Amino acid sequence: MGVGIDVEHLNAWYGTNHTLQDINLNIPANHATALIGPSGCGKSTFVRCLNRMHETNPIARATGVVKMGEVDIYKDASPVDIRRRVGMVFQRPNPFPTMSIYDNVASGLKLNGFRHKAILDETVERSLKAAALWEEVKDDLKKTSGASLSGGQQQRMCIARALAVDPEVLLMDEPASALDPVSTSKIEDLIFQLKSQYTIVIVTHNMQQAARVAENTGFFLNGKMVEFNSTDKIFTTPSDKRTEDYITGRFG
Amino acid sequence: MSLEREPEPSSPLTAPTLPMDAAPIHAPAIINFVAAAEPVAAEGPPSPIRQYLRARGNGGLADGTFAAVMLVCALSIFAIVLFILTILIARSRLSLSQFGLGFFLRSAWNPVTGDFGALPFIYGTLATSLLALAMAVPLALGVAIFLSELCPERLRSPISFLTELLAAIPSVVYGLWAVFVLVPIMRDQLGPLLVKYLGWTGFFEGANFGVGLLTASIILAIMILPIISSITRDIMLAVPVSQREAVLALGATRWEMIRTGVLRNARIGIVGAVILGLGRALGETMAVTMVIGNHPDISRSLFAPANTLASVIAGEFSEATSSMYISALIEIGLALFLVTIVVNAIARALVWAVTRGAPARVH
Amino acid sequence: MSTTPIPIATPNRDDGSLRPPTDFQTRRMRLSSARRYAVNHLVTGLAVLSTVLVIVPLVAILGYLIYKGASSLNLAFFTHIPAPVGEPGGGMANAMLGSGIILALASSMGVPVGIAAGVYLAEYGWGTMLGMAVRFTADVLNGIPSIVMGIAAYSLIVMRQMHFSAFSGGVALAIMMVPTITRTTEEMLMTVPHAIREAALGLGVPKWRTVISVSLRTASPGIITGCMLAFARVAGETAPLLFTAFGNQFWSFKLNEPIAALPLQIYVYAISPYDEWHRLAWAGALVLILMIMVSVTLVRIYAGRGVLKGAS
Repeated sequence: MGVGIDVEHLNAWYGTNHTLQDINLNIPANHATALIGPSGCGKSTFVRCLNRMHETNPIARATGVVKMGEVDIYKDASPVDIRRRVGMVFQRPNPFPTMSIYDNVASGLKLNGFRHKAILDETVERSLKAAALWEEVKDDLKKTSGASLSGGQQQRMCIARALAVDPEVLLMDEPASALDPVSTSKIEDLIFQLKSQYTIVIVTHNMQQAARVAENTGFFLNGKMVEFNSTDKIFTTPSDKRTEDYITGRFG
Repeated sequence: MSLEREPEPSSPLTAPTLPMDAAPIHAPAIINFVAAAEPVAAEGPPSPIRQYLRARGNGGLADGTFAAVMLVCALSIFAIVLFILTILIARSRLSLSQFGLGFFLRSAWNPVTGDFGALPFIYGTLATSLLALAMAVPLALGVAIFLSELCPERLRSPISFLTELLAAIPSVVYGLWAVFVLVPIMRDQLGPLLVKYLGWTGFFEGANFGVGLLTASIILAIMILPIISSITRDIMLAVPVSQREAVLALGATRWEMIRTGVLRNARIGIVGAVILGLGRALGETMAVTMVIGNHPDISRSLFAPANTLASVIAGEFSEATSSMYISALIEIGLALFLVTIVVNAIARALVWAVTRGAPARVH
Repeated sequence: MSTTPIPIATPNRDDGSLRPPTDFQTRRMRLSSARRYAVNHLVTGLAVLSTVLVIVPLVAILGYLIYKGASSLNLAFFTHIPAPVGEPGGGMANAMLGSGIILALASSMGVPVGIAAGVYLAEYGWGTMLGMAVRFTADVLNGIPSIVMGIAAYSLIVMRQMHFSAFSGGVALAIMMVPTITRTTEEMLMTVPHAIREAALGLGVPKWRTVISVSLRTASPGIITGCMLAFARVAGETAPLLFTAFGNQFWSFKLNEPIAALPLQIYVYAISPYDEWHRLAWAGALVLILMIMVSVTLVRIYAGRGVLKGAS
C-alpha cells in the first residue's frame, strides 16, 4: 500500500537557476496525483526531488522538507533507501540493453543481491501481470532481450521493473509522451488500476490524460505551484486565473 | 495566487496507530524509517521483498571504497609521470653534475675518455624529424583531403582500414624492411640519382652506404604519415557541414570550398596534427636505430651516418659500462622525455581546441 | 508593332525574333572562372596523386613483408628455439613464449589500473578539473617514446636488482598500457546512455553496483576491444625491452631472469650478419603483422570511429 507525501517549503536549484520556489503540497496516499504545467516549469525537477534523483546531478541542490509518511527523506534516510521505496518511470523507456526481460524486471532485486529464485520468478510474473505485459512476453522471458520490445512494451516493462521492488510510491515522469496512442491508453488503464495500491504521482503534458487518471492535480508555473486541488475542480472551476488560462489553452 | 491544500485526509498517515509512535522522539532515525514505512491498516505483514530491501544496507561503505579505489587508479596517471621524471633525474645526476646543461651544446661523445656531449644527437633528431615532416605533411594533407572530401564512398572504408593497419605496424618491422629494402635502394639507385641531379646543393656529399640521415628520414616519414593523415581527416570531418554548404552556396569550386570552408576552420587542429606527428618522429626509436648508421657526428651531407637521441640510447645502452656513460645516456633519455612531453602537450591542446575533446587520439 | 514591348532581359531584335539570353559574365569573370576550375582540377589531381603515392608503396611494403615472412615461416618456427649460430633451422618459440609471459605480466598490472582510471573519468570525474587533468595527462603520456619507459623501468628495477628480468619488462609495458586503456575505457563508458544509469539508480541500486552491473556491463565489448588494442600495441614494442627483459637465446620461465621477446629477437636478428637469422626475423615480423591485422580488424568490427581508430 502507498504512503502519502508531504512537501514543505521545497526549493531546488540547478547551479544558480532557482528551479523550484517554495513548493508546499500534500500528496494523498493511494491516489493518483497529476502535475501539469508548461515545459520547463519545474514539474520534472519536482518529482525528481521526491526520490532524491536530482542529486545525481552534481550541480543540483534542494532545501526543504519532504516527508514520506513520518520520514523526512532528506534527513532520516539515504538516497538509496528512498529509491527502494519510491519507484520511478522515466519519459523514455530505458530497459537495460544487455539483460533479458526477466532480468530487466528482476533487476531491482537482483542488483541488490536478492537470490531467492522462487520469489524472483513469482515477483516477475506478478509485476508483468500488473503492468499488463505478461500475456505478451510470457513465452520467452529469459531469452528475449529487453531492448527488442516495442516502445509501448518497453515502457510497460519499465513499469513492471519499478513495481517489482514493491514500492510505496510510484513516480511517473511523462510516461506516455514518447508512445503511440494505443500504448498510451494501455498505460493510462494501468495507472487507473494501480492507484488503489500505490501512491502515484504522474507528470504530464497532456491535460486530458490528467483528467482521465488522476483524482488530484497540481498546476506548476515557472517553478511555483500555482494551484493544487481535486482534478474536477481544477478543470472546471480553477481558482487562479493563470490556471484557467493554461487549461483553456491561452498559453503553454 | 491561491494555494489550496488537500483537506486533511483521514488516512493511515494521521491515524496514530503505529506501534512505534509511542517511542521517544529521539529514537534512531533508521528505526523510525522502517516502522513508518508500514502503514497500519490491515494489509498484512510486509512482503518479503520489502523486508529484504529495508534490511539491506544502503551500500555507503562500499560506495566510498569503490570511489576511492577508482580515484587512486586515476591518480596513478600522474604518479607515472612523476615517477619517470624523478627516477630519470636521479639516475642522471652524475652526468648532470659533471657537464651541466652544456651537455646539450657539446659535440663530444667519447665513452673511453668519459667525455660526453649530446649536440650531435640533437642535430640528428632535429634533422631527421624535420626532413620527415617535410616529406610527410604534404602527402598526409593530400591523403586527408582526398579521404574526407573527394573519395568515393566505396573506397573510403578500405583505404582508411589500410591506414589504420599501417599505423599499427611495429617500429621494428618497419626497421626490418628498411634495412633490407630501403638501404639497398638508397645505396644503389636513389643515392646516385640524387647525387646526379642535386649534388650541386652540397647535401649529398660523401660516401653513400645506404644508411644515414636521409634513409632514416624516409622511413620516419613513412611511419608518421598515417597518424598525421588520420588526425587531419578527423579534424576536417569535425568541421560542421554548414560551413561547407555556406561556401558552396556562394558559388565556390570544390577546392575553394575545402580551402575556405574546411581548412581555414581546421587550421589550428591541422597544426596540432602536424606537431603530433613531430612528437612521434622525435621519439621513434627502432626503425631509426636500424638505418641511421649510429655515428655521433654532425655533417651537412644527408648520406652521412648519424644518431638521434633515441637511437643512441637504443644502440649503446647495453654496452654502456661506466657509470658516467650510463648516466649520460639516461640524461639523454630525460631530455627526450621532457621534449616529447612539451611537444605532445602543445599538440594535444591544439587538437582538443578544435575537436572539443571529441574522439581522443590514442597513439 | 502598335503594342508597347514588354521590357524583358533580352529585348527582341528589331524584327521581333528572340536574342539569345544576355551573358551576364564579363570576359574577365569568365577567364578567372576558368582559372578557378583549373585550380580545382589541379588540386583534385594532387590529392589523388598523393593518396596513390602513399597507398601504393605502403601496400607494397605490406606485401613484401608478407611475402618474405611467409616463405620463411615453417612449423619449426613455432616449436624450436634458435639454433646455434651458423646452423640452419631453429625457430623463435622461446621468443613467442617470452612475449606471452611479459605481456601477461604487463596486462595483469596495466589492465585493472587502466580500466579503473577510465571508470573514474567517466563515472565520477566527468567535467571536474581533476578529470580533465587526468585525461590530458593520459593523452600526453600516450605520446612519450617507449624507450623512455624502458629506461625508467631499468632505473627502477634492473639497476637495483643488478640483473635483467621479465618482471622489469612487464613493468615497462604496463606503464605504457595504462594511459591507452584509460582513454579507451572512458570513451566506451561515455557511449552508455545516461538513461539506463538513472534507471538503475532509480531502483535504489547503489552507485558502485550501478557502475559495475550497468555501465561496465553495457560497455564491456568496447572496453575489451580497447584492452586488446593496447595489448597489440605493446606486443610489438621493442625499445622498452632492450634493457629490461634483455632477451634470451633459450627457454626461460622465470620472472626474475632475462627473457626472450618476439620483437626484441627480430631486432637482434635483423642487425646480425647471419642469413639464417635474417630469415627468422622475417618470419617473426610476419607473425607480428598477422597479430596486428587480427586486432585491427576486430576493433573495426566492434567499434567504428572514435578513440579506437587511432589507438594502434
